[in-house]
Amino acid sequence: MAIFSVYVVNKAGGLIYQYDSYVPRAEAEKTFSYPLDLVLKTHDEKVIVSFGQRDGIRVGHAVLSINGVDVVGKNTAEGKEVVEYLKDSSNYPVSIRFGRARLSSNEKLMLASMFHSLFAIGSQLSPEVGSSGIEVLETDMFKLHCFQTLTGIKFIVLADPRQSGIDALLRKIYEIYSDFALKNPFYSLEMPIRCELFDLNLKSALEVAEKAGNFGPGS
Amino acid sequence: MSRQSNRTTDNKKMNSELFTLTYGALVTQLCKDYENDEEVNKQLDKMGYNIGVRMIEDFLARSSVGRCQDFRETADVIAKVAFKMYLGVTPSVTNWSPAGDEFSLILETNPLVDFVELPDNHNALVYSNLLCGVLRGALEMVQMAVDVRFAQDTLRGDNVTEIRMKFIKRIEENLPAGDE
Repeated sequence: MAIFSVYVVNKAGGLIYQYDSYVPRAEAEKTFSYPLDLVLKTHDEKVIVSFGQRDGIRVGHAVLSINGVDVVGKNTAEGKEVVEYLKDSSNYPVSIRFGRARLSSNEKLMLASMFHSLFAIGSQLSPEVGSSGIEVLETDMFKLHCFQTLTGIKFIVLADPRQSGIDALLRKIYEIYSDFALKNPFYSLEMPIRCELFDLNLKSALEVAEKAGNFGPGS
Repeated sequence: MSRQSNRTTDNKKMNSELFTLTYGALVTQLCKDYENDEEVNKQLDKMGYNIGVRMIEDFLARSSVGRCQDFRETADVIAKVAFKMYLGVTPSVTNWSPAGDEFSLILETNPLVDFVELPDNHNALVYSNLLCGVLRGALEMVQMAVDVRFAQDTLRGDNVTEIRMKFIKRIEENLPAGDE
């Protein structure tokens, strides 16, 4: 999947739509015997590795499931605290899956608002007036592309750095938004988008963009 | 009326008569419901406003025009691009006020009023008032407050339909970043 996520931010900076389509590559499931040689700590409702590294398990990875059952926050599915559960030698041997923790929806909301503010700062820092604002944010793992419409809505796409044709994809997403969200009379402006047709069309547009790598008129 | 779009698979043509009939049914039902021409005008304007705030995004997505730098450019874009795209007619832009903040759109034909005649008991009704609301709503979403009204109407006996647009102010709240 070369396109990782799509975010749509409204005029006020609130996240109104979010779509993830990546599978985290760094997940490791291992069987452990007592005592556990990784040091775990609870942080932000998640149990993460604070010290110790082996077999693809890195510092910062979160406990995703124990014995095949997904954990709920910092508790096991039965409601026991993960850290306490793993201190008890009678529970071993145990199979734990570690991986990079997914962002929760609250975190995504916060990050979207923060990006909105950064975007505004970016425009103000510009030496000339009328800057387009942040268009691309590049890192080694991904490239973030942003398109702000004249009405203040931002469409943000996170993609593989080598993926091309994202500008055309952003325009296409704008078209899909103006069709399936705005022409739906039951959708209120600036509110979270909960339109099935929007989801469907967005997914197919992403697939086309990934395959073609290029989005032109007539494609 | 056909929809101009880049998607070759999606060219839907609709019979313009259906559109005229639909709009006519809407106005007559409003007249029956409210029984007061002024009230109907207000409702048409409100409905037009709700259409305008959504239509602007569709217009911007499909036409890829950039931000207009002054009111004259706005007038040109409205007449040459927007009206053409949605109603298939191209009004002319005339009667600029000396300050450059007011102009008229002269429509030779108005697709909304094909086959329509206003009866005598509806003298105050502005049949196409929806258009005023649409223009007002659409421009408000791109930070322009305007006042739109009909100066001449073929249904009331004038030769042409004239829409008068006046620029009131630039809306400074909620500006998208980078537009100061």
